[in-house]
Order: sequence, then structure tokens, then C-alpha cells
Amino acid sequence: MDIRLSGISHSYGDLEVLRNISLDIPSGKIVCIVGPTGCGKSTLLRLIGGLEAPNKGSVLQLGVPAEDCLNALTYVFQDFALLPWRTVAGNISLVLEDHEITRADIKETISDVLARTKLTDFARALPKQLSGGMKQRVAIARALAVKPAVMLMDEPLSALDSQTRELLMDDMVALWTRQPFTAVYVTHNLDEAVRMGHSIVVLSRCPGQIREIVHLEKPLDERSYGDGDLQFRQKYLWNLMRDEALAADSELINV
Amino acid sequence: MSEAEETDIARQVAFRGGGFAPTPYRWIGLAVFVVLVGLAEIGTRSGFISPLTLPKPSDVLLTFGELYDSGLLWTHLAPSLTRLAVGAALGATLGIGVGVLIGLFSYIRAGMVPLVAAIFPIPKIALLPLFVIWFGIDEASKYALIAFGTFTPTVVATYGAVDNVDRTLIRMGQSFGMSWKSIVRKIILPGAMPGILSGLRISLAIAIILLVAAEMLGAEHGIGAYILEAGALYNLERLFAGVVILSVLGVLLSTVIGAVERYVLRWRT
Repeated sequence: MDIRLSGISHSYGDLEVLRNISLDIPSGKIVCIVGPTGCGKSTLLRLIGGLEAPNKGSVLQLGVPAEDCLNALTYVFQDFALLPWRTVAGNISLVLEDHEITRADIKETISDVLARTKLTDFARALPKQLSGGMKQRVAIARALAVKPAVMLMDEPLSALDSQTRELLMDDMVALWTRQPFTAVYVTHNLDEAVRMGHSIVVLSRCPGQIREIVHLEKPLDERSYGDGDLQFRQKYLWNLMRDEALAADSELINV
Repeated sequence: MSEAEETDIARQVAFRGGGFAPTPYRWIGLAVFVVLVGLAEIGTRSGFISPLTLPKPSDVLLTFGELYDSGLLWTHLAPSLTRLAVGAALGATLGIGVGVLIGLFSYIRAGMVPLVAAIFPIPKIALLPLFVIWFGIDEASKYALIAFGTFTPTVVATYGAVDNVDRTLIRMGQSFGMSWKSIVRKIILPGAMPGILSGLRISLAIAIILLVAAEMLGAEHGIGAYILEAGALYNLERLFAGVVILSVLGVLLSTVIGAVERYVLRWRT
């Protein structure tokens, strides 16, 4: 299933955050969206998943999701959004309980996604017992459990320290390599973008417009920490963004 | 060399980080009680405090012993506990229900919040004659008074708790296509639980206050009636015995809620 954004504009009151965004998200690829603070990256992601409605333009699903897909557009949030009163397994079962699935199938799905995210031993742990990286792995496991057509990842690694981020990036690349999924990956971190993205959409500062789309051909599992080629691309992206970021940083915030 | 000179005047960096962190000390609370009661005992025995000002703590204990031996303790305690249980359960249940509705539906919020704000500051005791007319002089009016008194603080605490449920969790539920009913039952209600329970602490203390008020008007038995009678006869020992029973009741209720909190909210850090 592909996603097509056509002519999306959105504003909050007088503040225009997105202007005329048109973009195709092909299935089986990871599209990264980068841009300076407050350029509407996260808003764009909420529009794609239907958590907000755009003022202008439309978000289209092209084709139908796979038969066993329970929730076509599934988010992974920056702050994990795990229920603190449910165990790891309980948090995953939460999103399955509303569908007509037997108890046995729920159990099987849970143990499958926990195994894929290397969390099998922590099924009965509460979120408060887990580190940030583990919490995000639980959130990813929960997203995988509903067999999404598109994963919408809102700064999934931004709340984590850089070592954990490195490890989790490897995990996600491994997940994708084993079974390619479609994802929109919003981040402000260019290093993440060049490691995770098949294409990188650079947004300008507020109101966000597409400045450039950079395509990276190198397969995800061949990209590694400190790769010379990637650093070159990252530098290019940074040059694109620097002036915008500088301007965005020195703007007054209208609250 | 300047480095060598500097090492000559090396000084220990003074620690200045401590304090401002509440530490639990278990027995101090009990010690304060014991010291106060002990002082009262010494004062009344020595005659420094006149018997008209304060009864001897040992006499109060003696009176309590008599009350227990004569079986009158249960004659007074049983109806009081029933009134408290029925009234508080009624008020708290209704309060939690209305509070959740206010938290969930904007129309109900718009209609009910001003009403609750108007009812909250009314001293419910002042309405007792009205309740007697509405519900009769016997038990029903007492239940109603206690229920009414616990209702308002519970409503306010509950809708505050529902408002405070982490919005990102609700967004998460919606983004996974959970039904409205599931979001309320599995995300909003458990998320509001801490606030509801801490509201109940206050509501139940208010229920005890109102219990005594209700029993001061037309009750044959009950702790409140007992205290009122003792006061009318200026029998300070019995008055204090009754007051101590109320205090113990308050401490017990608060302990029970504490235990429920520890069990229900064991997921909290």
C-alpha cells in the first residue's frame, strides 16, 4: 500500500505550518522527513495517520493493505506512550483486544513480536522497570503486532541517549532487512536520517515546504556508524538546512 | 611554578547539597502522641491543669473501658458505621460517576461544573433540616446528608483526575483504532485512578465530620449522639472518649485507602 500526499496545507489559527506538500511514500521503503525545529514535521505525520485533518489537500491510501493488517497506519511515538499499569505483554495485547482475534492468536502474536524485538524475557515486566531503549522496543513490538501497512515514526529515538540510539537503529535495520516495511520516519537528527532513510525529505522552516528530496541508494544493512559516504551526504543535508535552522532558532515564538 | 603554589592552598570542597528531601521516620508520629498525652496526664494529676479544662487521659481510658464492658460501645458504633458506610458509598459512587461523565462529555461539563461549584461551599450541615423534611427523621436523611457531603469533593477530584490523564496515551489508543469504550475503560479510568483515590481520602474524612453532625440531630444511638449527650452533661471524659473513637476511625479509613492505593497503584514509580 502506498501513501500519496497531494497539495497539503495546514495552519493553526493564523500560524501556517505546512504549505503545499505533495509527496509519494512507496511501499517497502523508509521515507525520512527532516527539517528545523517547528517546521511542521510532526504535524505532517499526524496528518498522514489521520490524527489531524488538513485544512487543504488530501492524504490518499493507494491500494489496499494486506489481509491480516489490523491497523493500516500505525504510530511509534517519541515518548513511547506505554500504559504504565500494564505489563509489556499487556501493552501489546491492548491494541489486539478490540479486534476479533482469539485469545490463543493474541498470545501467539505477542510472543512473535516480542521475539522479533528481543523482549521475550521481559513479557511480564512493567514499563517502570525498563530503560528508555527497551520501552521504545516495546512500542515498536506493539506497532508490529497490528501488522501495519505503514509505520509512522515520530522522532522514535529522540528521547534516548546516543548509545541506545545506535543499538536501536541496528535493531530497526535488522527488522526491516528481514521483512521490509513501509515507514515515514520523522527526525531532526540527520545521522538517523542517512542511516534509516531510502529517501530523505528536507522541509524548510515554518511554513514547512519541501526543499529537496534526497535519495540514498546504499542498502540499509550496509550503512554503518561513521560511513564516509553517508557522512558526505549528511554534510550536504546539513548545508541545505543550516541557514534555515539558524533563522528558525532566532525567531521569536508566538504563543 | 604556579601549580605548586596552588596545591599549597588545596581545600576540601564543602558539602552543600543535603536537605529538602522528605525522609520517612516511622515512630516519631507515635512519639508525639505519647508525649502530648503524657504531658496532659502529668498536668492534670499535678493540678497544673484544672479538671474543668481537660480530663485526665487515664480517666478517659477508664471511661472507654466501661463503655466497652457495658456493651454500649457497639450499640453506638454499629449504627454509626452503617451510616458512614451507606452514606459514603452512595456519595462516592455517584461522585465518581458524575465526575467521569464531566471529564468525558463537554456538554455535561458545561452544565455540571458551575452547579457543583455552587453546591460545594454550602455547609451541608445547614441543610440538615431540609433533608429531614425530604427524607424523614430516621436513617434516610442521615444517609442523604453524608452522601451529599462526600459527593461534591469526589466529583471535583474525579473530573480533575480524568482531565489529567496523559493525552498522549489517549492519542495512542485512537491511533491504534481502539473503540471509544475501550479507551475509556482501559486508558482513561486506570489513568484517573490515582487522582480518584486521593480525592476519596478527603471525601471520607468529610463523611466522618458529617456523620457526627447528622447524629447530633435526632439520633438515639451513634458516636455523634454519644458525644452530644456527654457535652450536654459536661462529662468531659465521655466527650473525649467519643472524640478519640472518631480519630481512630479517621486513621483507620486513611490506612485502608493507603493499602488500596498501594495495591491498585503498584505500577506507579
